[in-house]
Amino acid sequence: METLVATQRPETAEPAPRPPDVRRTAKLPLSVRWRRDWQMVLLMIPGVLFLLVFFYLPVIGNVVAFQDFQPFLGIMHSEWNGVQNFVNLYANPDFWDALRNTLVLALVQLVLFFPVPLALALIVDSLVSNRIRRAFQTVAYLPHFLSWVLVIALFQQSLGGAGFVNNLLRQAGLDPIPFMTNPDTFPLLVVAQLVWKDAGWAMIIFLAALTSVDVALYEAAAADGAGRWRRLWHITLPSMRTVIVLLLILRIGDVLSVGFEQFILQRDSVGPGAAEVLDTFTYYAGVVGGDWSSGAAAGLAKGVISALLLWGANTIAHKLGEPGIFQKRGQQ
Amino acid sequence: MSIAASRRPIWKERPSPFYQSVKTLVLGGFAVAIIVPIMVVISTSLASDQDIIDAGGYVLWPSHPTVKAYETLFSGGLMARAIGVSVFVTLVGTAIALATTIALAYATSRPVLFGRPVLLMVLFTLLFAPGIIPMFLVVKQLGLIDSLWSLILPGALGAFNFIVLRTFFMNVPAELLESARIDGASDFTILRRVVMPLSKAVIAVVGLFYAVGFWNAFFNALLYLNDTSKWPVQVILRTYVLQGKSLSADQLGVEPLPQPQSLQMAVVVVALVPIALVYPFLQRHFTKGVITGAVKG
Repeated sequence: METLVATQRPETAEPAPRPPDVRRTAKLPLSVRWRRDWQMVLLMIPGVLFLLVFFYLPVIGNVVAFQDFQPFLGIMHSEWNGVQNFVNLYANPDFWDALRNTLVLALVQLVLFFPVPLALALIVDSLVSNRIRRAFQTVAYLPHFLSWVLVIALFQQSLGGAGFVNNLLRQAGLDPIPFMTNPDTFPLLVVAQLVWKDAGWAMIIFLAALTSVDVALYEAAAADGAGRWRRLWHITLPSMRTVIVLLLILRIGDVLSVGFEQFILQRDSVGPGAAEVLDTFTYYAGVVGGDWSSGAAAGLAKGVISALLLWGANTIAHKLGEPGIFQKRGQQ
Repeated sequence: MSIAASRRPIWKERPSPFYQSVKTLVLGGFAVAIIVPIMVVISTSLASDQDIIDAGGYVLWPSHPTVKAYETLFSGGLMARAIGVSVFVTLVGTAIALATTIALAYATSRPVLFGRPVLLMVLFTLLFAPGIIPMFLVVKQLGLIDSLWSLILPGALGAFNFIVLRTFFMNVPAELLESARIDGASDFTILRRVVMPLSKAVIAVVGLFYAVGFWNAFFNALLYLNDTSKWPVQVILRTYVLQGKSLSADQLGVEPLPQPQSLQMAVVVVALVPIALVYPFLQRHFTKGVITGAVKG
């Protein structure tokens, strides 16, 4: 019964002051803390090892972007060539195509996808029947758990040249529509897939934010004669501003990663002209084409720009008085 | 609680027929768009050859259901091996990832020695991605190319799952841990006997996230596995359904083959079913888990 999130008051809104932990952080000598905490430190070791090997080591491995990397020589013995790889990228029209596609697709996704979960959440929240609400949530969350391969396979079977929608069109004597292979409409297809897969899931967080809106505000507004649209505009949306800003920031930080698997899976059918993005460029130039250094340079450029975008968006949010993703230090 | 929420607040007017129908149309349309493709795929995989020929390719409801396509897939050969690979990677991967994440999340959820720097180490991974090429080189250097461990080990710690667990562990009352310590319990014991039993629901959710991640992983397999006999289901799905290569009787180890349509759809269903099976059991938990992570993270 109490599992339905939309009906819950979040208990996390204002964290209760925590009683002092049994472990005081006061300045204890290292040896004392070690004797007290060694088991905890031991528990950290596997995780830290994974981080070091599969995150920090590859991060350092990005130095191959500054090398003329030869796989049989390895990182230690390959020649350094400064920023030559970046200069080559700059001169490479394919890279610019990939960058342009990435930005176009990211923008289209941001504009067309972002409002959908918010709208769905507002509608679901306005439902009175709990049964319908729960049934819809169950259906809407499901596609999030399907892999991209599966989602695209489902799209292909539905909208592809031999798919059942085109089958119906043909049976009706109409021309089939090349939904899945038309490079011009590819951005729309991508958004449709994203909406199908993740709009329901993205709704969760808005639903949670909606439950934390103070009901008294609605009551007061209604008493003052505000209709449903005024309440939506003056109470609901402002109350959700923090969450909306937070999700926007996260999306912006992720802008250059626009669904990687989604593109690599459809690059063959749509063609690299429309479906080549920075990540697929990295893969095809580096791993498939053997130009490791160019691939690594493109990947590094992407990583750095993404991190800067995320940081920049968060800074702007702070300036606007929103908490953003990175809170000020000092809170545990 | 939910009953109270289901009653219309007095200040809220009755929805007009117009808004009612708009809502129904939007939500109904969305749900239908999700369910119908899945249903068609499942139906077609269960359809007999005659059904498929009659319907011209796709079947909405099989009139003569048969499991022939599945028998073919499971009878041995490429597909049966792929299912084995996916199941292995999912089970072992989830076990390792859960153990690692629980341990790390618990240790950093208390103010302990090195807790702060390790926490920052994890959070930094949210900001920056190391890139495909260096990742590939590391995996290669470790000798994991063409090994199933290349699908498991790099995914053994997810920052998001870590945050969900850590947030939950931080909310375990300190008095509880204190009293356990006074009773002489070690940190290992506290984690195993006090914290973990209290967090079963969250652990289940995080486990689901990991399992889904391992089951769905496609790109790592494409990147690290050249050996077709080690391909997981997702890569098979890509090769034989998306790219349209046909599975030969030789690869499947049986003949005659059923309609390629139902065979392909059966591959899709095999990729789908495990998730459809665990989903209802965990669904009631996961919104809570997601929100714990998202609000704090």
